[in-house]
Amino acid sequence: MDTHLKVALLDALIAAVLDNWEMLTELDRAIGDADHGINLKRGVEALQADRDRLSTLALPEALASIGRTLVMTVGGASGPLFGTFFMELGKALEDSPNRADLAAGMASASAAVAARGKSTLGQKTLLDVLLPVSDRLAAGEPAKPGDVAHVAAAAAEATVPVVAQRGRASFLGQRSAGHMDPGACSCMLMIAAVCRVLEEETP
Amino acid sequence: MNVAIVIVSHSPKVAEGAADMVRQMVGDSVSIAHTGGTDDDRLGTSIERIGKAIESVWCEAGVAVLVDLGGAETNTEMLIEMLDKSQRGRIVICNAPIVEGAVIAATEASGGSPLEKVRAAAEELSAQ
Repeated sequence: MDTHLKVALLDALIAAVLDNWEMLTELDRAIGDADHGINLKRGVEALQADRDRLSTLALPEALASIGRTLVMTVGGASGPLFGTFFMELGKALEDSPNRADLAAGMASASAAVAARGKSTLGQKTLLDVLLPVSDRLAAGEPAKPGDVAHVAAAAAEATVPVVAQRGRASFLGQRSAGHMDPGACSCMLMIAAVCRVLEEETP
Repeated sequence: MNVAIVIVSHSPKVAEGAADMVRQMVGDSVSIAHTGGTDDDRLGTSIERIGKAIESVWCEAGVAVLVDLGGAETNTEMLIEMLDKSQRGRIVICNAPIVEGAVIAATEASGGSPLEKVRAAAEELSAQ
């Protein structure tokens, strides 16, 4: 993958968090411990500080390094969850993945997040975005970046009425319904940002 | 050397307080470490701090870790997986309430019980 695209993707990922961290923290205040946005912000600021070095790495190594940085800096359960996603994606992808590689990589990275969080679809977590996106990539018809972003947005929206069964929000029982899951939201924002870059930068 | 105890809370004060209660029961017969808070001293947990706490009491008999909520457990699990294979098998997370679990685990450890027995003693609390 060329350096220009890699840097554009990394910058989009960082901006998705820096532009939205306050909103994410507000979502987490409603049904959690009000730290999701702040935690992710700390993680992407570490990525930003490491941007020049990351841009010199091949894609698998860059993803692995991003994952490790998130694990070490984000704190909260989202550090290991988002970190595991990127580390696993790094293991699954080669430097220039095609659509099929990306679909397979998303599937194995999402499965690794599910294992790390001991969770599954429908429990009001980031998996409620990751798994539908992964399924869409794997579906027969090739997905355009815009389609994938749309699937992610709809999936995040669909967490609103769900009663949480995992994470801090599950302590609220029925009261967790009526709010979007913060992890699903941040995940959707990152996917949308990456899709925008892919739409602009790739034929 | 007895099994060591590590207490991981989102709050450094909870972790310290729990460790004080353990110490009152077992004195110096069991090594105890406690950690809490993020790297920038907010409520939460830090893999680096958990790693340092485990390292500070590491012994061949093993380490029983007590955690409070979600992230404390997930971060501890992640840290254990990142450790050397020889250490990995001798660190267990006890599925037990953090304060009661730490006190019971340490009491069990103070009698020289092996790691699995220390863990079982703490986890009996959750089974009740």
